[in-house]
Amino acid sequence: MARINDVGGTQGFGAIDTTDDPEPFHADWEARVVGLFNALRAQGIFNTNEFRDAIEAIPPAAYLSMSYYERWFTAITTLLERKGVLESGELDD
Amino acid sequence: MSGDHEDASISRRVRRLETLLEEKGVVTGGAVDEVLDAFLAGASPANGARVVARAWTDEAYRERLLTDGTAAVRELGFMDGSFQRLRVVENTDATHNVIVCTLCSCYPLALLGPSPGWYKSEAYRSRVVREPRSVLAEFGLRLPTSTDITVWDSSAETRYMVLPRRPEGTESLTEDELAALVTRNALIGTAAV
Repeated sequence: MARINDVGGTQGFGAIDTTDDPEPFHADWEARVVGLFNALRAQGIFNTNEFRDAIEAIPPAAYLSMSYYERWFTAITTLLERKGVLESGELDD
Repeated sequence: MSGDHEDASISRRVRRLETLLEEKGVVTGGAVDEVLDAFLAGASPANGARVVARAWTDEAYRERLLTDGTAAVRELGFMDGSFQRLRVVENTDATHNVIVCTLCSCYPLALLGPSPGWYKSEAYRSRVVREPRSVLAEFGLRLPTSTDITVWDSSAETRYMVLPRRPEGTESLTEDELAALVTRNALIGTAAV
């Protein structure tokens, strides 16, 4: 079964915001998330396919409510908990 | 999508994650800076523009580029060591090409730089495969109905880049001057040169 990320051809997403064209990030935290992703992957803590799967496994309603790099952050924290690097809920302390 | 409040909240959570990872000795802040700098330094649409200008001025290179994009861009020092394949698709009188990643955001980063927000949006990903002509019009690119449009959906293994048509009247330009005409959107296919 297709997951929520498989949007090709789906109708109803409305107009494209062609002005959403940052160079290259909207905010500093987005850059930090990209840096963290690359650093953790380089350390072998997870690989690209695991990361992609973690993004695609975000429940549909949450997926659609998140910005692109919020999904990255969510996938990173999910994988860090799964790998035992973070305790569940540790980030919320 | 995110308002200022949400932005401040996730910004705090990202900082908290960085602190935790540093305390645990997993990743230092310096290491994050380093990989981020390397990531940005190696990725620019100027690289894709150089490839296009070479193809416009060197027929043998153009043929190699269209036959095996990965090998041809490596000749110019790009995508070295990448496990991904690059396929370059050429615009002609009859056909215009545009790229997308319907599943997420795959993109030839080394050649085009970080992708714009709209490339990663559900609106672009869902619509460009269904109604490319109207999507291109929203970007200001109105193609005659006699021009076919081919949409290329990227995957983890294969990335695409568009080889735009060389504009008329540019015979006297140097390779560098030609490269300066090539925009990132032209390499995606949402603009012409």
